Amino acid sequence: MRLLPHPLLSLALAMVWLALVNTVTLGNVILGLLFGWAIPLLTAAYWPDRPSLRKPWLFIGYFLLVLWDIVVANVQVALIILFKRRDNIRSEWVRVPLDLTSPEAITMLAGTITMTPGTVSATLSADAGCILVHCLHTDDPDEVRDTIKSRYERRLLEMF
Amino acid sequence: MIETALAFALGCFSLGTLLNFWRMTLGPTSADRILALDTMVINALALLILYGVYQGTPVYFEAAVLIAMVGFVSTVAYCRFELRGDIIE
Amino acid sequence: MPDIIEIVISALLVIAGLFGLIGSYGMIKLRDTMQRLHAPTKATTIGIGSVLIASLLHNYAVQGHLSFHELLITLFLFLTAPITANFIAKTYMAKHVAEDEVPDSGRDYGWTVYDDPPMSAPDPVTDPKE
Repeated sequence: MRLLPHPLLSLALAMVWLALVNTVTLGNVILGLLFGWAIPLLTAAYWPDRPSLRKPWLFIGYFLLVLWDIVVANVQVALIILFKRRDNIRSEWVRVPLDLTSPEAITMLAGTITMTPGTVSATLSADAGCILVHCLHTDDPDEVRDTIKSRYERRLLEMF
Repeated sequence: MIETALAFALGCFSLGTLLNFWRMTLGPTSADRILALDTMVINALALLILYGVYQGTPVYFEAAVLIAMVGFVSTVAYCRFELRGDIIE
Repeated sequence: MPDIIEIVISALLVIAGLFGLIGSYGMIKLRDTMQRLHAPTKATTIGIGSVLIASLLHNYAVQGHLSFHELLITLFLFLTAPITANFIAKTYMAKHVAEDEVPDSGRDYGWTVYDDPPMSAPDPVTDPKE
C-alpha cells in the first residue's frame, strides 16, 4: 500500500476542507492536509486504479468551454420550453459510439452531455462502448452525435 | 434595487416550488415524482440562500450545504430502491 | 456600495428567478418523463448558479468578506446534477421504456438497463477472498 495513493484527490480534499471552514489559518491547512492524507488511505479499497490524466492543464480549457456551453444550453432549453408548442417538440434517441476507454473519461463525457445543449445521457451499453443520449428537440440526430464527438470527446481523448 | 430583485427571485422560486409540488402529486410515474422532489430540494436551497442574502447573514450556508448533500443522497437512494428494490446490497 | 455592483447583483437575481421558474414550468408543460428530465437539469442549474454568484458578490460588497461556501455549493450541484439525471433516466427506462423503443446499441452487448455486463475478473472489493 502506497503512502499517498491519490495525490490529486488529497489536494482536492484539502482545498474543499479549507472552503468549508472558510478561513485560512495554519491549523486549518494542517488539518485539511491531514484529511487529504487519511481519507484516500481509508477508502483505498474503492479506488483500485489511479486515473491516468496525461495532460491535466487541458482540463482548464475544457472546463471553461463546458461552462460557456452550459449557459448557451440553458438559454436554448428555456426558449424551447417557453415558445415551442408541445406537439412540435421532436425528441430523439441518439446513439453515440465511444472512442474513449477509461471509466473516468466516459463519466466526464456523460456528465458533459447531460449539462449541455438539449441532451441527457440516459444509459451506457453493457460493454461501455456506446452511450444512449436523449435529445429534447432536434431536426438532425446525426448532427447531434457529430457535435458531441468533435466538440467534447476529441478534447477528452487528448486529455486522458 | 436589490430588495426588489430579491423579492422577485423569492417569488419565482416559491412559484417554482409550487409547480414542482403539482408535478409530484400528478406523477404519473415514480420517476416523475423523484424528479419533482429533486427539483424541489434545489428550489428550497435557492430560497434558503436568498433568505440569507435578505437577512444579510451567512449563517444559512451550513444549512444550504447540508440540504444539497441530503437532497442528492436521498434522490440516489430513491432511484436505487426503484431500480433494484434495495438500497444497500 | 458602488452602483455597478448593485446592478450586477440585481440582474443576476432576476435571471436566477426567471430560469428557476422556467425550469419548474417546463416540468409541467412537457409531455413525457424523458422530456421533463431536461427542464430541471439545465434551467435550474443556471438559476441556482446565478443565485450563488449574486450571494457571493453581495457578501463581498456589503460585509466585505469573501466566502467560499457559495463556490463549494455550486461545484457540488454541478457535479451531482448529471448523476441525478442519469439515475432518474435509468429508473424511468427500466420500467416504462421497452427495449425495442430505443435504438440498438450496435455492439455485442445491449444497454445496461436491459442487459448484464460481460463477466469480468472478480471485484477485489466485493470478493476479498480472491
